[in-house]
Parts: sequence; structure tokens; C-alpha cells
Amino acid sequence: MWRRSASFILDERRRTSNSPPMADNNTTRAPFQNPDAISAYYQTRAAHHGVITSDWLAQAQAAVGGVSGEEYPDSSVAETGKEKTFNVIEEFNGWRKQPDLAEAVAAIRALAAVIRASEASTMMELEIELKKASDTLKSWDKTSISLTAGCDLFIRYVTRTSALEYEDFNSAKSRLLERAEKFGEISCKARKIIAMLSQDFIFDGCTILVHGLSRVVLEILKTAAQNNKLFRVLCTEGRPDGTGVLLSNELSKLDIPVKLLLDSAVAYSMDEVDMVFVGADGVVESGGIINMMGTYQIALVAHSMNKPVYVAAESYKFARLYPLDQKDMAPALRPIEFGVKIPEKVEVERSARDYTPPRYLTLLFTDLGVLSPSVVSDELIQLYL
Amino acid sequence: MDPPSRFLHSVPTRFDSPDRLRFHHFSFPQLPLPRHDSSSAAASAVSPSSFSYSTAATSPTASPGRVSRGSFSRFSFASSLPGVGMDSMAAATSSSVPASGLTTVSVVNMPPPPGLSEKASGVGVQKSSKPLKEKTTKAERRALQDAQRAASKAEGGKAPLVSSGSVASANVKAAKPAKPSSQENDVAVAAAGPSEKDRKKDAPHPRMQYDDESRVVKAKRRAVVKQTEAKNRVELFRHLPQYEHGTQLPDLETKFSLLDPMYPAVYKVGLQYLSGDISGGNARCIAMLQAFQEVVKDYSTPPEKTLNRDLTAKISSYVSFLIECRPLSVSMGNAIRFVKNRIAQLPITLFESEAKAALQSDIQRFISEKIVAADKAIVRHAVTKIRYGDVLLTYGSPSAVEMVLLQAHELRKKFRVLVVDSLPKLEGQLLLRRLIKRGIDCTYTHINAISYITHEVTKVFLGASSVLSNGTVYSRVGTACVAMVASAFRVPVLVCCEAYKFHEREQLDSICSNELGDPNVISKVHGRGDINYLDGLTNNANLQFLNLMYDATPSDYISMIITDYGMVPPTSVPVIVREYQKEHLLV
Repeated sequence: MWRRSASFILDERRRTSNSPPMADNNTTRAPFQNPDAISAYYQTRAAHHGVITSDWLAQAQAAVGGVSGEEYPDSSVAETGKEKTFNVIEEFNGWRKQPDLAEAVAAIRALAAVIRASEASTMMELEIELKKASDTLKSWDKTSISLTAGCDLFIRYVTRTSALEYEDFNSAKSRLLERAEKFGEISCKARKIIAMLSQDFIFDGCTILVHGLSRVVLEILKTAAQNNKLFRVLCTEGRPDGTGVLLSNELSKLDIPVKLLLDSAVAYSMDEVDMVFVGADGVVESGGIINMMGTYQIALVAHSMNKPVYVAAESYKFARLYPLDQKDMAPALRPIEFGVKIPEKVEVERSARDYTPPRYLTLLFTDLGVLSPSVVSDELIQLYL
Repeated sequence: MDPPSRFLHSVPTRFDSPDRLRFHHFSFPQLPLPRHDSSSAAASAVSPSSFSYSTAATSPTASPGRVSRGSFSRFSFASSLPGVGMDSMAAATSSSVPASGLTTVSVVNMPPPPGLSEKASGVGVQKSSKPLKEKTTKAERRALQDAQRAASKAEGGKAPLVSSGSVASANVKAAKPAKPSSQENDVAVAAAGPSEKDRKKDAPHPRMQYDDESRVVKAKRRAVVKQTEAKNRVELFRHLPQYEHGTQLPDLETKFSLLDPMYPAVYKVGLQYLSGDISGGNARCIAMLQAFQEVVKDYSTPPEKTLNRDLTAKISSYVSFLIECRPLSVSMGNAIRFVKNRIAQLPITLFESEAKAALQSDIQRFISEKIVAADKAIVRHAVTKIRYGDVLLTYGSPSAVEMVLLQAHELRKKFRVLVVDSLPKLEGQLLLRRLIKRGIDCTYTHINAISYITHEVTKVFLGASSVLSNGTVYSRVGTACVAMVASAFRVPVLVCCEAYKFHEREQLDSICSNELGDPNVISKVHGRGDINYLDGLTNNANLQFLNLMYDATPSDYISMIITDYGMVPPTSVPVIVREYQKEHLLV
């Protein structure tokens, strides 16, 4: 349903009929948006999905130093960092080559390295450098929420020490570095902490529905299997990323019974499900999550059937966004192949993610603990105030 | 005004208020109330005093000192807890500040000057007062109090008060035969005319419950603004004040010359509230703060008094006057709390001119930071939510929302506004005028049409008088309807409210705390003189008019609250209140 009044549309039509009519249907979007923008974030994720399989992982870990990275589309941004002898993007790319490492964590590590390599002599200068590096990183991919959130949180966390004014610069700088390293460590270990926290929620004989391929959720299930819990997993096919097949691949290696579902079969199978586990691309201020397309649907069905929906997200994903509805976010589009040729005039919904409001989520598993959705805003207020 | 209320004035003026309060500590409690917590003590502070008024009325001849002792005895109902006694008095003193703020002021410790103890001994009550306090048990006190209450309710008007007074004094005599001064309870203080000190002392609690007759009687006696109570009142709302409108303005104008202690700027603001010239949380708050700035500018400490306490007392008296003109809004309440806090925190060692300058700049900073800059921040956040092609609904005339819409228009966003209005105030027309002048496309309708038009609305922007701790939005009446219908249509509801208007109380319904407006405006339709079906029925016993000013919108209908701290869900309001208090105190 187009949420626009009839009178408005008539006005529009009257106006456009006076001026030369616009050909495509994209007048519904604001004029300045480029409809063909492909989200680099999702391209990366797709690439990562391709490499997340454990055999490849093992190879990659072994060879992590010398692997030349894949080609990333936005190479233009790398040039902006070149004026400094220390290039934050290079550092970032270096960290990113480890497929097991989340993008935001790589960014955090890169920013910590910025502090370490900085030649600034005053705190102000250092902060400015940090800010510039973080902006460069953020502009590398504007659609990645966790990257933006991770950079922002890092800057806030690191520069928040109140004792910075009293010490001389070098000790303050080492203080900052300490905090930065700590933040990096926490972010790295976040997955393990989350996996530990969620073990209590997986009981023997339960059926878990999983959507999308989140490394955190994978970690949770791995740990549960290692703790010899008996459970089975239903995974959605996850078109167009094909996450279902990849995940089922992984899980079968761990001897966890897996069943693949069509995305449309979720409601059908929901009565045999005990809980739903999803990851998150970003956790927004209202407590809702932004995740792969289809999460909202599944959360709605689960809510209406009284099944709990658990979200596993690291704390660096808390972003200062507050979408009011699905279209209130920066669009992230990805190409969708249907396998057959689509006629010219047919529009395709190509958004790669959706927003799930907090009322459909039960709990958030984060490295800060097991939280209810309303706590996200409290945490953000305390950090940003 | 009324002699009975001036009994406190009897104590020689060299003792300023805190000492007088201290004084209570030494007096013996004849009729202490069983309840000891300060808030209820505040409420209950008022009732025993009514008996003292009555007794005072009957025999105006006894010596001032004695009177005060006796009358104080009425007041010191807390048994052995001096703090509670002071809290209650303090609460009775200040009009608008909750007990916590008051305690800071009145409990500022000063050892009673020697004259005080002289007095104490002079009247014959010595340290025996302290141990005597402990003697009455709770049950006894409760019995005493019930007896008086019953006595006063048995008859009506002055006479029973007298009898209750004598009952009281009789009881007093019975309970404390050792007290020779008990007959002094009957004395009224013959103080000349209204004085600010007395008004400050007897100012009602801002959320005083008006269905308790005795308190209302007391409040009326001490009031500057003579408001006649409406006769025909809705039973459910009897705890709120309801006055006949239109009677006070000419009255006040003539009285201006008599009201010496009233500062002209404050008087002017009060008149503007009364006539409805200034309305809206921000406007009222700013007007009041600017009046206070003038007060501070022209203030000079009387001899033998400290600036902190005297100025606070003055401010309290002005606030009680403003309450009489129109009950305080939450924004004003918070601002007053801030001002009193700042006054209390002024170091004693400052020179008067420095202190005054500091205070004025503090008030100026409050206005510019918490109101003006906050509005700018709200606008900055809110315009990001307005998208191309939006149809925005707004209700009434919220100042913050108006700024948002104007700014969005400046940024060349393409949107349409739907202004919903309601009788009797028709505030939406003002907003409509201002938007149209800037060239924004507007539609105007009344609130009875919202279910008809909401299907085309994409977002609802509302203002708030206050946001409470459980996420409830306390705003102009009608807001709850709009929010409810919007949420039924799945339209997001955004509330724009500055953080200084947040309050830590929680409210579950619109009844327990509200404001009643003039009921007569409901009987007429604005602009339609021919619709006069209710003429002549306004005094009919079977027909009661109810004109509520505010209502409470539950947090389920609110999607987000836009404050100067950013966009937050309604569940995060207590966090902001907590952070705000912290910052407040550190500032």
C-alpha cells in the first residue's frame, strides 16, 4: 500500500504532466537517490559467505599473512587515505583478510593502529586524526551499519576518559591506546562471550530456527554442539544469498541435525520450532534490529505464535539510528537473480535488509550480557551523553 | 488578608523563616499526625493548621509569643523527628517545589539565636517539650486527630471550627496538662494585612487535593487572587481546583497597589496567565524565568537576613501567586526547582552583587541551554525524519513541532501538513496561520474527523507538556485520541519534547492530576452565536460541564520521543531523567 494520500499523488501527476514526464518508476524515491547503487556491504557479505566454509577457513587462517585480498569495488576511497604515510585503509584491509573477523572489528583494530602510529603531539591533534581516519573508514562503505556504529563507538569509548586532561601527553596517549586495545579485544572475544551466555537458553531436545548466516549464531550452535546438547536446526533457504545451504553445510559437519526450509515455509514449520535465532547487521536505538531480508517476516510469525526470538549481536553494533518503518533506512540494494529473464517494465524489490521492531524480539544476547530490547537505548544514552 | 493566617507573623521578625521553623522543633506536639513521611506530611501539614486558624479567630488578644507557641503546637505533629517536622513546615512554606527541593532551603542549619530559647523558656515550655513529644502514642494522636476531624465535619462553616478548636484545646489540655500555654491556642495573631512571609508559609502544595474542605478553606484565606469556586462540579474531579472564570482580572487590577511585596513583573506574568495571553509550556516557563531575573536584579537583602533564604522565600511567595492565577505546568515546576537549587548553592561568602549576577546568568543559561538550544537540537533530529512526500499530522499548537515544520520547509523538503484542532481553545488556528504564511501546504480539520483522514497520514508529530517516567506523555487534551487513532492505523507517532520537561513521577490516567479550565466556554460554540441550546442551563444541578486541559497518552501509542538528547524510545525516559538530574546537580 502506498502510504501517500490520493490528493498528493494527483498533485504530483498534475505537476509532472506539465513538465516532461519522467520515464522510470523511481519518482517514488527522492530524486537524488541512485537506484542502481549496489551495497558494497552486501557484496562483501556475499563474498564472505562464499568463504565461510570451514575448509576454506582453515586454509585462510594458515595463510592469513600473505593472501592477496579480493578485489573490492570501492577502490576509490583507498586513495583518500594515501596522503598519510600510515594508511588506515590498508591496515583495515589487512585485518579484513581474516574471514573470521567481522568488518567492524577490523575497523576497530585499524583505528587502534592509528593511535599507535600517530605522530601527534597534543590530544586535540590525536582526536582529529582519529576522527579523520574513522570518517575514511566509514565512507568506504556507507551502507554498513556495524562499520559506522563500530567506528563511532570506538571514538566515544576511547576519548571518554576524563583523566586525559590531567596527564602529560605521552601517558594520556598510552592510556588511549590501552583502552583502544581493550575495546579491540572485547570486540574480538565478543562472539565467545555471546556463545557462552546463550548456552542456558538451548535445552536438550529443542528445535531452533535460524535465518541468515551469522557467524555469531554459528558460534553459538557450535558451542552448544561441543557441550553435547541435543537439538536440531531448521534453516531457511535464505534467498538470494543462499545462506541456508551454507549453514546446513557447516552444521552437518558438526553432526547437528539440520533441515532446510523454503523461506515461505516458515509459518508452516513454526509450530514445531521452540525458538528463533538470528544475528544482526545493526541494533538500533529503539531496540530493534536491522538484518537480512526476511527477518521481520519470521519475527512476525514467531511473535504471533508465541515463540521467542533471540538476537545475537555484539555490542559494537549498537547504532544511533531510529527507523520508524521499513523505508526509513539508508537503502542497501543487491542484485537478485531469478534464473529467468524478467520483462523490462517489471520492478524488483532489491533491498537486502529489513528492520524488525523491538516488540517482536524477546532478548538480545550481547557481550554486555543478555539484554531486553529497551536496554539498548539506555546503553547508548549513557555512552553518548 | 485574614488575621488567623498571620499567626506566624506574631513571632518577632528578627527570626527569619528557618528559625521559625526550627522553633517548631522545640514546641510540644499536641496533635501530631501519625504519618511521618514528608510528602504526606506536607499534605497533612495543612489540616491541623486549620484548627489553629479557628482557635486563632476566636480570641485575638493573647500575646504574640504565646500565640505562636500554641499554634506551633498544632503544627509540630511529627513526634520526635525534627526533620519531618521541618519537612512538613517547609512543604507548607513553598508552593511549587517538591519536598526535596524545599528541604534544602528550609533545613539550612542555623543554631537558634538565644532569644528563641528565651522565648521557649518564657512561655514555660522548656526541654520538657522534647520528652513530652515521645509520650503520646500513635494511637492517641490518631484519636485526637479523628476527634477533631469529626467535630469539624459535624457542622459547617466557622462555628464548628471554633468548636473543634476548643475541642482541640480541650484535648490538648487533657493530653498535656503541664502546658500552661494551651489556652493560648485560642489567640489569633493580629497582623495587619497580607505579608509575603505568611503567604510563603501557607502556600499550598502545587498538587494539593482540593476535595479536602479544610485545606481549601485555608488556601482561600491566604490567597491573593480571590477566586470563587464553581458550584457545579463533576464529582470525579473534585480534587482539582475549579474557579469561576472572569471574576479575577478586574479584582486583581484594583488590588495591585495593595500588594506591596508583589513584584510588578511577576504580577504582570500572573495576569497574562490568568487571561490566557501566554500559554504553552515553553512560553510560560520563559516568561516566569524572565520575571524572576528582574526580581533578582532589583533584589536587595534586608538587614540581618541571608540572601539565600530570603530570596528563596520571596520566590516561593511569587510562585504561590502564580499558582493562584493558573496552576503550574511541569516545565515551570522544573524551572522553579532549578532556580531554588541555584540559590541554595550560592556560597555564603559571595557579595550580594556577585551573587545576584551569578544567579541572573544561571537563569539566562537555563533559558538558552535547556529551552532555546534544546529546541534547536530537537529540530535538527526531527527534520531527518521528514521525507519527500510525507503527510504530517499535528495537533494543537506545539512550539517545538512548529519549529520542525518550518525548518523542514527551509530545507526544501516536499511535504504536506494536516493541522487538527479542537474546541474550545482552537489553538490549531494559530499554528495554521503561521505555517501558511511560510507557504507550507496545509489542511485543517477538527478532531472529530481524525479517523476519516488518518489513512492518508504518514507521520504524526505531537508536542508535550511533559513526559513522565513511565513513558506517558502528558499533553493538551485530545493528544491521546490522536495518538490512539494513529497507532490503530500503524502511523508512527513522534513526540517532540525538551528534556527539561521530563518528570520523574508516573501517571496512569488523566484523572489524578489535571487542570480544569473554564466550564462555560463549553456551552457555547465559537463563532456560532446561534447555537445556544445550553443557555440558561449552566447552573442546572443535573448538568455539569467538564473542561479538561490535559490528558495522558500511554507509552504504547508513542513510537519515539525526540529530545535534545536525541531520539529515544519512551522506555528510556527514566534514564534521561536520571542523567539529567546528575548533570543538573553538577552544573
